[in-house]
This record gives sequence, structure tokens and C-alpha cells, in this order.
Amino acid sequence: MVKSALSRTTIYILLSLGAVLMLLPFVWMISTSLKAPNEVMAMPPVWVPSEWKFENFTEALKVAPFDRYFINSVIVTIVSTIGELITTILAAYAFSRIQFFGRDIAFAVLLGTMMVPSEVLLIPNFVTLSNLGWIDTYSALIVPWTASVFAIFLLRQYFLGIPKELSFAAKVDGCSEFKFLWYVMAPLAKPALITVELLKVINSWNAFLWPIIVTNSQELRTLPVGLSAFTTEAGIKYELLMAASSMVIFPMLILFFIMQKYIVAGVARTGLKG
Amino acid sequence: MDVYLDNLTMEFQDIKAVDRLSTTIKDGQLVSLLGPSGCGKSTTLMLLAGLYKPTSGDIYFGEQNVTKLDAEKREIGMVFQNYALYPHLSVLKNIMFPLRMQKVPKKEAKERAIEMAELVQIGHLIDRKPGQLSGGQQQRVAIARALVKKPKLLLLDEPLSNLDARLRLEMREEIRRIQQEVGITAIFVTHDQEEALSISDRVMLMKNGILQQDSPPQDMYRNPINSFTASFLGNPPINFIKVTKTDQQGKYKIMNSSQLIHLAKDIDMGQIQLGLRPENIYITNKEDALMTGEVVHLETIGRDTLIRVKIDDVTIRALIDPATDIHVGERCHIGIKQEHIRYFNIENGANLERGNSHDGQANMEKHA
Repeated sequence: MVKSALSRTTIYILLSLGAVLMLLPFVWMISTSLKAPNEVMAMPPVWVPSEWKFENFTEALKVAPFDRYFINSVIVTIVSTIGELITTILAAYAFSRIQFFGRDIAFAVLLGTMMVPSEVLLIPNFVTLSNLGWIDTYSALIVPWTASVFAIFLLRQYFLGIPKELSFAAKVDGCSEFKFLWYVMAPLAKPALITVELLKVINSWNAFLWPIIVTNSQELRTLPVGLSAFTTEAGIKYELLMAASSMVIFPMLILFFIMQKYIVAGVARTGLKG
Repeated sequence: MDVYLDNLTMEFQDIKAVDRLSTTIKDGQLVSLLGPSGCGKSTTLMLLAGLYKPTSGDIYFGEQNVTKLDAEKREIGMVFQNYALYPHLSVLKNIMFPLRMQKVPKKEAKERAIEMAELVQIGHLIDRKPGQLSGGQQQRVAIARALVKKPKLLLLDEPLSNLDARLRLEMREEIRRIQQEVGITAIFVTHDQEEALSISDRVMLMKNGILQQDSPPQDMYRNPINSFTASFLGNPPINFIKVTKTDQQGKYKIMNSSQLIHLAKDIDMGQIQLGLRPENIYITNKEDALMTGEVVHLETIGRDTLIRVKIDDVTIRALIDPATDIHVGERCHIGIKQEHIRYFNIENGANLERGNSHDGQANMEKHA
């Protein structure tokens, strides 16, 4: 009993330390966003601003057309998530339930692409898109992200765990393959789908490198790219950058609080079979 | 609707899972497909369902050749061993599912589903999810779902195997009741001989993809077509003893023993295999005895007393009257009525009192 209380205390102390470490940058961001410029770089660090400058937030929004960036981010996130949802369900079903020539080899090749670091693919992908004439269009921002090997893999494993008799039963009940997928498999895979698509939304919302590479015009910038507007030759306006960052992160925070269960499950599941 | 199978064959790579199976299943009958695992009974059911397509041969539903018809167009209902209910749908929605796929209007589908739920006595559970039901209740839902679209044929694939012993007994009677009430032709796959014998109008016994015998249950039990059928049916299993003809009229010597036994029937063969059902054997006096041996084992289970008697190197199991005063280690005389003795060909196992055709019923008429 004593021992377990002791180990429990240790665990809580360690977890609390971890939590503080994780939260620190976040707290720093909020605190900086409310500081006057002279306190931003002050030594020793100022944690609580002497004067709460809420006007930083309105100021920040004036630096760049953030309304436009916000709309772009929303469009890109929603369309690429829906696109990925469709390709993932169809591909995972094909790879788990339909027998066709070369299926397993094709799947192995697909998995193989997961081993290629994404940075390596930046240039070939850019070349492909420029040959298609898609540079500086929404297509460039969206289309390359409408399929994810990881999502297909995860969902395929999930589908494989659904008993075969269910598809027999559905066939006898008068389902075509597509109806079976739509009415039985997809609803059953809902937890896996939510997890995969949540991670997708977060990644898509936060994407920085790809949008900055394939877009030039202001009208196509997304929020994370827009944050670079605070970096000028004259230096970085940290208090405004942090104010804008807080606002950019806000929708994801809400999403996280609502969907926490699924996100945690998703992270846990990636370490496990199926 | 009658179902005809005409030389139905199914090959997987080099294995013949079903080999030239021909039979007729009469309208309104409940027929069991019985056999050890791997005998092709489930494959036969899958072929009937249209979930597998046969290598050769044909399947007719009434006049219609359905061999190439897909499962969803065959108008069949099917019940699976693991129930295969849709876990995300409520009981009611599960039962409605086949109707919704047929585009039956929602209101009518609901009424028919509720009616079917009442028939299988789960009317009070229709709002639950399958995960909240017991195994027996889930199986009832599965039966309701299979029957709700009024199929022409009901297929049941080992529907009782996942239930515990008592429930299995109850559901077995339920399946029979529902089948009779609906008046549907049903095919029931099982590896449990007791199940098959108790609920079917006819039993089809298979082994290695080949139909061994196709006859009413009692006929199959009393007049097995070969030693495989004889050994597969009955618990405790039938005793086989090998005997050799001697010079004396009607006297046969038990192999691996010096004892001679008397057989009323004269079979024109040097060596034969005899089949003796344990329940037909009784303890008797020296004059009436068929054989004499030592009791090596005795157990009483409920109303039955099972003994094992060792006659030199041959062991015989017998179910005897529990009142008999007998103990392990004692010598005893065992007897059997001559008409209860079955004679089998020692090489191919054929019942020597029957022909060697697969068609059990045709054979029966010949012997009558």
C-alpha cells in the first residue's frame, strides 16, 4: 500500500513535469502576445506583462489579409480531408476485401512509399505540378494531399478485423459491394475514420512548407504561411506574431478538446497492430 | 420450392471440396448436411447461397437454374455460426436491413421486421444493439433477419455451435418450430450428429466431399450404408469387430482372439467386419452369449451405465441396465440379438446387407 502510494506520487510528479514542459511554450506564446515590444526580449524573461496589450491582436490582423488566409486554410483543410476520406475508404476496401491480380504487391509498394522521407519528395512533386501547370492554384494545395498511404494502411487493418461472414450476410441480404461498403463497413470503421481524419485536419491546418513552395500569390496563402508576414528585413515583431499564432491555433485547440478521445486513440493505435 | 443439385463439384486448387454431389431437397423439408470438419458440408452451403461458384455441376431452385446467379439475387436467407449481425445497427434495423436493400418502404419494412421479431420471440429487444444480447438472442435475431424477406430457401451454417449445451438444445427445437411455422425449405449444416438426427427430415452425410448417405435420420442410424456412416452416428460409437469364417457352419473366429461366435446370417466372404451398437448389447448367461470377456471399465452417467469389456485384444463398449450387479475385473457374457448385428465389407466398408449405391432411398425400396 505504502509502496503503491509512493510509486503513484512519483508517477504524478513525472507526468506533471512533462505537462509543464509541454505547456511552457504555449504559455510563453500567450504571454508574449500580450506584451509591449520592449518586454518581449527583456532579460530576465518577463512572464506576466506589466501592461496587458490586447490591441496586439487587432494590430496583428492588420499586417496581412488574414481573413483571406483563413478562408484559404478552411477550404484546403476541408476539401483535402474529404478527398482523403473518399480515397482512403475505397482503397482500404479494395486492399482488404477484393481479390485482384497483383493486389498484395501493389500494397507492398504503397507501404514502401511510407519509408521515403517527405522532404525528398518535395522537388519531384513540385516538378510534376509545374508540368501540370498547377503551380499557384488551389489544386496544388489540395490534390497532392487527397490520398494518404498511412490512412489507407490503418483503415485496411481495421477492415481486415471485420469478420468475413458480415460481407456474406450482407450479400445474402441483397447488398452490392458498394452498398456493403457504404452501409456496413464505413459505419463500422467510424472510430478509425474519425481518428485518421482528425490527424489529417490538424496536419492540413498546420501545413507550412508545401503551401509556401507551391503558391506565390497573396490570395492563395494559408494561415501558417501568412504568419511569415511578421518577419521583415527590419526584424520580427514577436508580440504580433504570437498574437496571430494564438488565433491560428485556436480552432485546433477547440477541435482537440472536443475530439481528445479519438486523437489519443489514434496516437496509441499507430503503435499497435490494427 | 424443391432444390436440385446435379453433379455439383467444387475444387480449391487440387482439393475437391465437393465431389459430384447430386440430390433433391423437397419443398418444406429440413435437411441436415452432416459430416466431420473438412467434409465439404459448409462449401456445399456456400455453393447453394451463391457465395462460391461451383467448378462444375448445376443447382436448380425449382425449374430455375441458379448456378451462375449471384447471392443477392437468389432469394435465400442465411444464418451464420457467429451470427454476423451488423454491430452498429439496432436489432430492429438489423432485421429491416434486407428489406431496406430491396427498397421496401420504411413503414412496411418496420412492420414486417416487428412481426418477424415476435415470431422468434425477441419482440421486447428490438431497440438494443447486438452487443447487448446473449448468444441465443443474437441467433434469434439472425434467424429473423434471414426470414424477414420471405426467402425461398433458408440456409443455416452451424448455427448452434457457439451456444452452450442447454441453449443449443433449446435453439434446436426453436429452429425446428420456426421452420415448420414458416413452412420453408431449410438446409442445416452441422458436425453434431445428435443435432442432425434430432431436427431433420433427412440427413445427408458427407466425407471428403463425397455424399455417403442420404436418408431419413432413423434409417441412417439403423441401416448405415457403410462403416463410416455407422461409426459417425451414435454415442458411444458403434463397436467394430473383425471376424474370419471357419469350417464350421455359422461359426466365425474373432480376429486377435481365440473365441468363436455364432452368426445367423451366412455371408459368402472370408473376412467381415461386424458392427454392434452399444445399446443393443446386454449381459446374459453362458448359453445365450455371443462373446465372453472381462469388464475393464465401468461408469454410470445419469441413467446410463457404460462398460468396456475386453475380449483378448478386442474391446467392446456396451450400455447396460444400471441395475445389473457387475464390477470391474469380473468376467461376463455379453449377447446381442442377431438382427441387430450389421455386416460390413472389411475392405471398402460397404454394408453387406445393402447395395453399394449412394442413393439410400432407392436402396431401401429394393430391400423391402
